[in-house]
Amino acid sequence: MLMPRVIPCLDVRDGRVVKGVQFQGLRDAGDPVQLAAAYQEQGADELVILDVSATPEGRANAAETVAAVREVLALPLTVGGGVRRAEDAARLLNAGADKVAVNTAAVERPELLREMAERFGAQCTVLAIDAATVEGLTGAHGPWEVVTHSGVERRSRDVVVWAREAAQLGAGEILLTSWDRDGTRSGYDLDLLRAVSQAVSLPVIASGGADTPEHMADALKAGASAVLAASIFHDAHTTVAAVKDDLAALGVATRSVAEMRS
Amino acid sequence: MSTSTLVIGTGTANTASVLAGLQRVGAAPELTRDPQSVREAARVVLPGVGTYAAVRATLDSEGASGDSLAAAVSDRIREGRPTLCICLGLQLLFEGSEESPEVRGLGLIPGYASRFLGTDRVPQLGWNAVEAAADCEILASGYAYYANSYRLDARAPGWQLATTDHGDTFLAACERGPVVACQFHPELSGDFGMGILERWMAAAREQEVKPC
Repeated sequence: MLMPRVIPCLDVRDGRVVKGVQFQGLRDAGDPVQLAAAYQEQGADELVILDVSATPEGRANAAETVAAVREVLALPLTVGGGVRRAEDAARLLNAGADKVAVNTAAVERPELLREMAERFGAQCTVLAIDAATVEGLTGAHGPWEVVTHSGVERRSRDVVVWAREAAQLGAGEILLTSWDRDGTRSGYDLDLLRAVSQAVSLPVIASGGADTPEHMADALKAGASAVLAASIFHDAHTTVAAVKDDLAALGVATRSVAEMRS
Repeated sequence: MSTSTLVIGTGTANTASVLAGLQRVGAAPELTRDPQSVREAARVVLPGVGTYAAVRATLDSEGASGDSLAAAVSDRIREGRPTLCICLGLQLLFEGSEESPEVRGLGLIPGYASRFLGTDRVPQLGWNAVEAAADCEILASGYAYYANSYRLDARAPGWQLATTDHGDTFLAACERGPVVACQFHPELSGDFGMGILERWMAAAREQEVKPC
């Protein structure tokens, strides 16, 4: 049986891991290679690196960061940030990625998803969606609209409709971040997770708001296939191993626990 | 015989991950697209990631004097020379795939890859079991990382099998001497995957010392 994944996320800017709240007020959170090695040791199932550099120079550094992390990492690695063409994805795969996430470029040109899927396969093509609640919006699918550019640009696009369209174009996984919850440690947006995971048959990664193993167990019950967290791991607030032990106590078996029992 | 380890550059694979995985178990791998090098190398890896049609087209691209990567890989496998095929690499050994119905596989093992059925989420992305038959020497039972939408039935006459489940039972991996094909990604499967890479390297070394 396929097991749910616990995925630490490294937001990387100019070679350093950073973390903010609602994508703002970024502060230094450590060295990506050291953190990646530590999370692997703790039993992480996969890592995500999101390049949040604001400049082309920063973007060039991101490929070096990916390559340095790959040297120490024997786990799957998803990389996103600044991917605009299938050729950008090929570059990241050559640097050390196994899956490539696209966000803004796919919102602006959805065909990018088809181009990536036709070349690398759906299983390599991840759509990252940043979803924000719109006050007073009670659309057919809920109150969420797609936002880009660190939440600054609202795209007037229904999150659930976009997820469904992306699945048809060839996306193989959805990394679903609640902009409202990002960095707040107030728990994942479970209604959002339910709405998207019911609308598509792709795996959905829950992101934004994780604080406790209970939050993670709730996200998995709401339909997520994986739970992503950043702040709680970077701040040594907890470890992946401790989270997995607690998940086991909550009835959620993950890889390390299963291995220990086999 | 050469002692080299070559990874076929398909143009769509997670190349760096495969190279890093091989380095971790003591190899000094290099990328190649040259059929003659594939014929001569001590060990060859056909990596995963990519669509059936895209990678098959690369394998058919011709080398010198009408040779192709497809022919070179096929000959290695028929001759039982150390070869590791990952994910899509495994699927290409069979006759074809629902993913690209117009394209033929290498046809070394009977069977067609078909899309997962049922209610489980597709692609299968994540850690799932590997149940290796007792007669496997390189494969073992444990948990490995899979990333696939298509799979083969758990049948490969003349090969030792490992199986797993996602909605139904399918082929996790198969081995025949030093030829190993994995639907999962050993290079991404932590210590479990490294164990498979290590045993494959060791099996290849054993073959080297045998008189030809």
